[in-house]
Amino acid sequence: MRHFPFGVSGVVMNAQGLLRPVRAALLPLLSILTALIVGGVIIWLAGPKLNGDWLGVKFVLDGYAGLFQGAFGSQKAIISTLVRATPYIFAGLAVALAFRCGLFNIGAEGQLALGALFAGGVGFSLHGLPPLIHLPLTLLAGMLGGFLWGMIPGILKARTGAHEVITTIMLNYIAAQLTGYLLNGPWKDPNPNNVTAQTPKIAEAAHLPLLLPGLHWGVILAFLAAIAVWFFLWKTTWGFEIRTVGANAAAARCAGINVSRNIVLAMGLSGMLAGLAGAVQVAGVNYRTILGFNAGYGFDSIAIALLGRNTPLGVVLSALLFGGLRNGATLMQFRTQISSDIISVIQALILIFIAAEQIIRWIYRVRVPSGLSEQVTLSKGWGKS
Amino acid sequence: MTRGRFLFIIATIIGLIAVAVLLRTKDVPPEIVAASVLATTLRFATPITLGAIAGLYCERSGVVNIAIEGMMLAAAFGAWSAAAVTQSLAIGLLAGILTGMLMGLLHAWLSVTFRVDQIVSGTVINILAIGLTGFLDSQVLSKAHLNSAGLLPQLPIPVLSELPVLGPIFRQQPIAWVSVIVVVISHYVLFYTRWGLRTRAVGENPRAADTVGISVRKMRYANVLIGAGIAGLGGAYFTLEAVPSFEILITNGRGFIALAAMIFGGWTPFGAWAAALLFGAANALQINAQQFGIPIPSQFVGMFPYLLTIIILAGVIGRAVPPAADGVPYETE
Repeated sequence: MRHFPFGVSGVVMNAQGLLRPVRAALLPLLSILTALIVGGVIIWLAGPKLNGDWLGVKFVLDGYAGLFQGAFGSQKAIISTLVRATPYIFAGLAVALAFRCGLFNIGAEGQLALGALFAGGVGFSLHGLPPLIHLPLTLLAGMLGGFLWGMIPGILKARTGAHEVITTIMLNYIAAQLTGYLLNGPWKDPNPNNVTAQTPKIAEAAHLPLLLPGLHWGVILAFLAAIAVWFFLWKTTWGFEIRTVGANAAAARCAGINVSRNIVLAMGLSGMLAGLAGAVQVAGVNYRTILGFNAGYGFDSIAIALLGRNTPLGVVLSALLFGGLRNGATLMQFRTQISSDIISVIQALILIFIAAEQIIRWIYRVRVPSGLSEQVTLSKGWGKS
Repeated sequence: MTRGRFLFIIATIIGLIAVAVLLRTKDVPPEIVAASVLATTLRFATPITLGAIAGLYCERSGVVNIAIEGMMLAAAFGAWSAAAVTQSLAIGLLAGILTGMLMGLLHAWLSVTFRVDQIVSGTVINILAIGLTGFLDSQVLSKAHLNSAGLLPQLPIPVLSELPVLGPIFRQQPIAWVSVIVVVISHYVLFYTRWGLRTRAVGENPRAADTVGISVRKMRYANVLIGAGIAGLGGAYFTLEAVPSFEILITNGRGFIALAAMIFGGWTPFGAWAAALLFGAANALQINAQQFGIPIPSQFVGMFPYLLTIIILAGVIGRAVPPAADGVPYETE
């Protein structure tokens, strides 16, 4: 007989209707907790064993204290967490939307780059427009850039069966080369003091206004985007078709749904959301397009979508968490010299536990039924769809 | 692998060399450029060949492996740090293979034991490899101030390496030679041994294989581990054979290109090798473009391997059929 302190499962089973959100959140929360513990062990293994520190444990705890203070410990910390989380929300929604259609979009990084290129191009090359025109134009350009870049793997998949996992990764590298060419060449900021690969500053009229000091309006746009994605996927016919294709492409085809069209549409919209993430970084944070600003967003957004179980609310919450972790890592590194790269490790660990939830069930003896989210199978070999 | 594809690959490689020869600056003789491109082609194809063979073992047994990139990255790190600590290249090589296998064990554990979606499992390993190598590099290595153990020496083939123009082609380092041997051995193992037959059976029809008493689980674990070890060797190439240092993201997508090479090669060792040589040639052109002053913006030459991958995957040059049970977790009844 084993009894574990995590007796939540019984309650959960009894009050099904009321506690549905709690049930849905239980496994992700336990995954995060476990990942933080394992991450702590890794920090402990790699960290110094100082005198007067009981076996080096205080070092780990100090690190985590810095991490959470830096993330959520003050108004200033929360504001920069929100700024960090903004592109994560867009990009996480992008990956989640594609997932709902049974597509694995690893290309958010490239789509962000194209969004930023289009937005930056419109931002710095036009002058004298009123903000009411220039700002929306900039953001729309970013969305268009991401849409087009996302559509390419969609078309390739629908037409030829080329698997989007590889084509989106290849397009990331191509986007990086393209950005490198433009920002080192024709679009390089001509300012004689400039040595980095970046465009000139965008016009003042293309800036996202500030909501609070240090916090631009992008975060509100991100929340609106989450609502829009929810509405689109669950309240419109197009969204229903996309989800049907994701659940069972063969059945969708039998029901008369045009699978190819939905694949192209879902990849395009996914790219559009990622492109908007890039545009918002240009219009709200950097005020120009900078080479490499998007590094790491591709994998981060996958982690966010999976942790959020591909639901808009889940994506927003996980984006806030990862935004907080990335933001708090700066204070952690400053205080304890723990490298901020540990966040990627923790992220991978969270993913492991989310993906193989049996591990979590086994550790905590949780008896939550699986299948709370609609399962989407991604890998059926590389064969034709 | 059809004859059409082989012809396409050979034609493209010759075409790439022709481009390099035509665009060279006039003071370099054409045969020098051609031989140099060929020699670098063989060198650059090494990690792609090994990565593709790694993927081959996994996928022939029915486990999709998009984690080759992560396995190679982790192995590049493991090989370099072990070699630097012990000042022994042999131990570094061994550590690289073992690091790869460790990542492979995780992949097998997640995708065979827990039946996690294999693409998700592969992505997890890629993220973990980036995170772990980045963290350990900045947290441990950069503070330890280790000295590199150097690079693996060239092993020139006697006589052939003395040839006037073609000589450089036969002066390669050990992992490059081993990659060729691995291709030949893998062909033999997969198509002429009982082990290979069982591996393919498990990848094509696991239910039938199970019925005749082959353990699907064991075969998949074993093949993922073998593949991961080969990917580990490919990872060691980056830090023990190419450059004597570890850098963040040093594999730079070569693992994904290896995957494309495996697919283009129609899940056969020689096909994968030919495709890897094609990618190697594309890479070699980029390096030689800088060396011999070929006037194309480097970014556009740099795009070429990735564009080529997309074109190849789109099936412009014919299609290949993957193992039937590739990517499908197996559940015993």
